[in-house]
Amino acid sequence: MADKRTTLDGFVGELADGMTIGIGGWGSRRKPMAAVRAILRSDLRGLTVVSYGGPDVGLLCAAGKVAKVVYGFVTLDSIPTDPHFKVARQSGAVEAMEVDEGMFYLGLLAASQRIPFLPTRSGLGSDVLAVNPSLRTVRSPYDDGEELVAMPALRLDAAVVHVNRADAAGSGQILGPDPFFDELFLGAADRRFVTTERVVATEQLAEGGPIQTMCISRLLTDAVIETPGGAHFTACVPDYGRDEGFQKEYVTAAGDPDAWAAFYQRFLAVDEDGYQAATREAADERAAAKSAKEGA
Amino acid sequence: MSDTADTGVTRAEYCAVACAEVFRGDGEVMASAFGTAPALGARLARLTFAPDLVLTDGDAALVDGAPPLGARPSSLVLESHMPYRRVFDVVWSGRRNLIMMASQIDRTGNQNISAIGPWARPKAQLVGVRGAPGNTVNHSTSYWVPHHSPRSFVEQVDVVSGVGYARAAAAGPSATKFHEIRFVVSNLGVFDFATPDKVMRLASVHPGVTVEDVVGATGFELVVPDEVPETRVPTPEELDLLRTVLDPRSTRDREVPA
Repeated sequence: MADKRTTLDGFVGELADGMTIGIGGWGSRRKPMAAVRAILRSDLRGLTVVSYGGPDVGLLCAAGKVAKVVYGFVTLDSIPTDPHFKVARQSGAVEAMEVDEGMFYLGLLAASQRIPFLPTRSGLGSDVLAVNPSLRTVRSPYDDGEELVAMPALRLDAAVVHVNRADAAGSGQILGPDPFFDELFLGAADRRFVTTERVVATEQLAEGGPIQTMCISRLLTDAVIETPGGAHFTACVPDYGRDEGFQKEYVTAAGDPDAWAAFYQRFLAVDEDGYQAATREAADERAAAKSAKEGA
Repeated sequence: MSDTADTGVTRAEYCAVACAEVFRGDGEVMASAFGTAPALGARLARLTFAPDLVLTDGDAALVDGAPPLGARPSSLVLESHMPYRRVFDVVWSGRRNLIMMASQIDRTGNQNISAIGPWARPKAQLVGVRGAPGNTVNHSTSYWVPHHSPRSFVEQVDVVSGVGYARAAAAGPSATKFHEIRFVVSNLGVFDFATPDKVMRLASVHPGVTVEDVVGATGFELVVPDEVPETRVPTPEELDLLRTVLDPRSTRDREVPA
């Protein structure tokens, strides 16, 4: 089997300005954040980001990487909206394609099946059709004659997802309760990247969990990147939960230009090892501040 | 005279029971409920008059029984695996009944959670349409608005996320086939669309609220019947479940103050 291991630099090196990039996970859960941070450090620009959006979308917008966002929502889960995405939309800095989250699923499914669209009832009557004038409806060729939305394939130039374990050949294992739509992101893309908490030997995958957890086959993977803590600050259960304290820091900093510059300098203008070290240090600071407050 | 004074029933408890009524008569469907009163309502219904209702853990599982708010995950009895991809199968099958929240709702039952102001460049970007367009044309949907005001009950929503009656009708039979906006529950009352032209009607006021209060807090012309009943009083069993089993820490009072 081919060894598909590469690095975050290798990942970024395969991307180009203007590409359409799918990002796995859901909201503030199991996002390939190390890969997102690698894009932040790059010179890439003008990306179309396709995502069940969380802080991935906010960070990329804040860094000026994004021309267009394709989404059904952008949320931090425990905090309803992402502050950077709000600013990007309200200032008109990014183009948007907002669709029903089920339509989004069908767009990925159509792309992964190499068909132009999939029909659905979802979207009919809503402003999703009004604000996306390129969307079309299709009439059933059968006796029912129903008119349905023709959700176009969301074809991706590249996709990146984050999993708990993977082997060097690109078989990925998701140990949390929900695989989300990661398989379909990979299926919809020309270049497919899997970041993982840990690269393990193939025979160790079955030790990690039942066969259903081994849901990303190497048929869907071009490259594997080991990124411990690579979903931080989003949740990556059972390896770790969402870092709520850090997510709050992110949101607070986003509200003020000086605070954001300091946040960026400390956490994002550094490489991935630097990020992991800085966030551990920040967690210690929050813990110390909390115990000082409780002791007072 | 007020039932509130007589029984000590809080406004939040009336809201929870009004939300429970959303699930009456549905049989074996998946209940999804956003917000505290809807979460309590679905659980109350499951424990009383809708025993076949299927509840979720809010993550990726269906759960047996009706766990208290904030129950530890390890205390839940799981019934089935329900990751998001499978949730869409349920949505599209119609075997679901849902209470969503609404930043704006209008006279014909359109809901908005996408953006305030023009969508192209909004004054305020909200979370996004999420599943609202698909939910509303696939299965029964109701709404919960904890802060009833002319800003939330508007003549016309800025971005139609959840589809109301007039928009569904205009979109044609594929949109109306499974469409039902059952109730809107707010902190002031309960509303339905039981009018000839399917516009919002005041179905009941919560005890302690007047019809004038509701009309004054609504930004469009509400249909008000000659006789407006009060929202039904929780049964002693329901009150006991709410207070001692489902929400002993009264988180409901933080959403709707007494």
